[in-house]
Amino acid sequence: MVTHIRRSIISILIITAVFGFIYMLAGTGISQLAFRHQANGSITPNGSTLIGQDWSATKCPGHPQGSCVFHGRPDATGPYAAVVCSSNARNCTPSSGGDNPLVANNVSGSSGATNLGPRSQTLLNNTRQLVSYWRSLGVEHPTPDLVTTSGSGLDPDITPQDAIVQIPMVAAATGVAPSELQTLIREQTHSAQFGFLGSPDINVLQLNEALARLK
Amino acid sequence: MLVVALGITWRYLGSYMAGVFEGRVRYLAWAERPFYRVLGTSPEQEQTWKRYAGSLVIFSAVFLGFGYLLLRVQGSLPLNPQHMGQVTPALSLNTITSFVTNTNWQNYAGETTMSYFSQIGVLTVQQFVSAAVGIAVAIALVRGFSRRNSSTIGNFWVDTTRCLLYILLPISFIAGIILVGEGAVMTLAGPVTVHDALNGVTQTIPRGPAGFMGSIMQLGTNGGGFFNANLAHPLENPTAITNLLYIWLTLSIPFALTYTFGKMVGSIRHGAALLAAMAIIFGVWVGFTVYAEHTNNPAVAAAGVHSTVGNTEGKEVRFGDTSSALFNISMTHTSDGAVDSATDSYTPMGGFGPLSGMMLGEVTPGGVGSGLYTILVYAVIAVFIGGLMIGRTPEYLGKKIQAREVKLAGVAALVMPVTVVVLTAVAASLHAGRAGPLNSGPHGFTEILYALTSQGNNNGSAMAGLSGNTAFYNVVGAIAMLLGRFAIIIPALALAGTLAAKQTVPAGLGTFRTDNGMFVGLTIGVIIIVGGLTFFPALSLGPIVEQLSHGKFW
Repeated sequence: MVTHIRRSIISILIITAVFGFIYMLAGTGISQLAFRHQANGSITPNGSTLIGQDWSATKCPGHPQGSCVFHGRPDATGPYAAVVCSSNARNCTPSSGGDNPLVANNVSGSSGATNLGPRSQTLLNNTRQLVSYWRSLGVEHPTPDLVTTSGSGLDPDITPQDAIVQIPMVAAATGVAPSELQTLIREQTHSAQFGFLGSPDINVLQLNEALARLK
Repeated sequence: MLVVALGITWRYLGSYMAGVFEGRVRYLAWAERPFYRVLGTSPEQEQTWKRYAGSLVIFSAVFLGFGYLLLRVQGSLPLNPQHMGQVTPALSLNTITSFVTNTNWQNYAGETTMSYFSQIGVLTVQQFVSAAVGIAVAIALVRGFSRRNSSTIGNFWVDTTRCLLYILLPISFIAGIILVGEGAVMTLAGPVTVHDALNGVTQTIPRGPAGFMGSIMQLGTNGGGFFNANLAHPLENPTAITNLLYIWLTLSIPFALTYTFGKMVGSIRHGAALLAAMAIIFGVWVGFTVYAEHTNNPAVAAAGVHSTVGNTEGKEVRFGDTSSALFNISMTHTSDGAVDSATDSYTPMGGFGPLSGMMLGEVTPGGVGSGLYTILVYAVIAVFIGGLMIGRTPEYLGKKIQAREVKLAGVAALVMPVTVVVLTAVAASLHAGRAGPLNSGPHGFTEILYALTSQGNNNGSAMAGLSGNTAFYNVVGAIAMLLGRFAIIIPALALAGTLAAKQTVPAGLGTFRTDNGMFVGLTIGVIIIVGGLTFFPALSLGPIVEQLSHGKFW
């Protein structure tokens, strides 16, 4: 018994030092040396390419807010919920707690999904509101990705189809021809990794940066 | 590609692990020996099953107390750039129990609760240690079958140390480098604030040493992620490649241990039989869950948006439905419990897959170590049933399975279902329990059932709508996790002790074969019957009724 306790205490101290601190500090050191950009969060001048952003409040002179850029996916507590809430105040309560990097400007709250079940009345209402939000911006047939939230609420990507349905909205607000936007989307599409892992996707931040260069 | 990778891993990692635990692999002996000297032990000093179990329980208990203290005083410790305060008593209890028992159930949000010190010095350490302890128990049970007339089953300190040094450390270090190269964040510098000139948005992005925590959390089938969104978070699981790597890390050791078993008992065929039982159940579950997630989400379809790709609610674009469903099944058929998509938003049958995977006792392939020792328990029961059918004293690997062995196996197999069913009944009948679920209707009940199944099985996967950070769920969860871990480990070690002491009998003509298709089928049958019959009533109140209620929303 006493032997067990003595051995436990000694090994806990050594194991915590080696498998906690030395392992993690060595890992941080190597990562910072070899992959500095990735290890620090893939930060580019306009934000991290791995963290989705809120595009709905972008100012578009002469056109509805947010209509002159491509949007990423909505977020549980994000701006989409707030925009559509104004017309139907009863359904305004955010469906999951906490704030979110997409809307918070200070140290943001936790990442996470809506966690609404497949037969949730709230999910049905939210989806209906998102559909009408997209129609108000001129997107007649929003794709599933554009009316559902992701697992982290931070999804930085959309599929090519998600971008294509937004072309009428962006073309009307920017004056860029739909065919040019088609080409832009094709150029920005990353094919599946190694040709079979995942499916083709588009980084929304990079797509909008390319769009800004085009304008 | 995953199947090929796992096949290679099964053969070579399995053989390597046998070498490690038989003491043939010793290139790190220079690091091992001083450690044993400080502890006052050595590989030659073998333990009886009682001493082995005693070492294990006390080691875990001391770690539990130590980790609890560190979480409670987190605010006064260094490496805390976000100035996180102390963790509340109930949450600390639940969290440290969760990590010591290899569960990694998380009632907290990592990026808003835990300092870097706690993530590194408490949580990551436990991800190594709890995995090593699980593997040590499995190896001890294997020795029960491979030894004869032996009063000892190995040395707990040596087995744990070897597992940490030779298996977990090198693999997770290399995997960590790959993860960071793909984009996983790995820094101690604290959050970063960025401004986007295109849309005028200013974001503050939480960061931390997530990449290297991710590799050990998956290799050790722990599943407790750095961020709240777990492996759905793009800074911990940035690409389709990392998603696949995480799946491989999780499945590699549990599958490979069946080879280790075969090699140590001198019959690879016996290991392959267990592998086949695991792989068949796993494959069926992957199949129907992927299918279910390729159907429309009922609520989204009712709003008029029809999908050609499947249920996108709670899933990330870069993984898609197939990878997400495969990931989720891989994590709930092991004891991992990580998620890269929101299980709560899966279709009813899609959510049935992960839930019922855990209910089968996590043996397909199960957690590191826990999968092997639990399936060996089921194999003993299968042998016993087979023996009853043909009217002979049952044997497994030449060891007679008698009343004591069957009793121990019965206890080990029944602890989990009893714990889960009783605690779910308690939670569903108390106000404090019913206050937890986010969703109403049958889905709300499923959230409670899922939470207690997950903790009773040391899994850690969650239907995260449940508000688990209450005194009630923290304490009930801690009880479920402790029973689900130690009330199975102790009978498994006792089984190891009694088997090791036995003589082996040579196989004769009438011996029931335990390395052929018949036995694989019988083992699968035992697994499905024990899990299925116990949980069918509960499942019919949850996902099954939800699936059948067409057009109804709660």
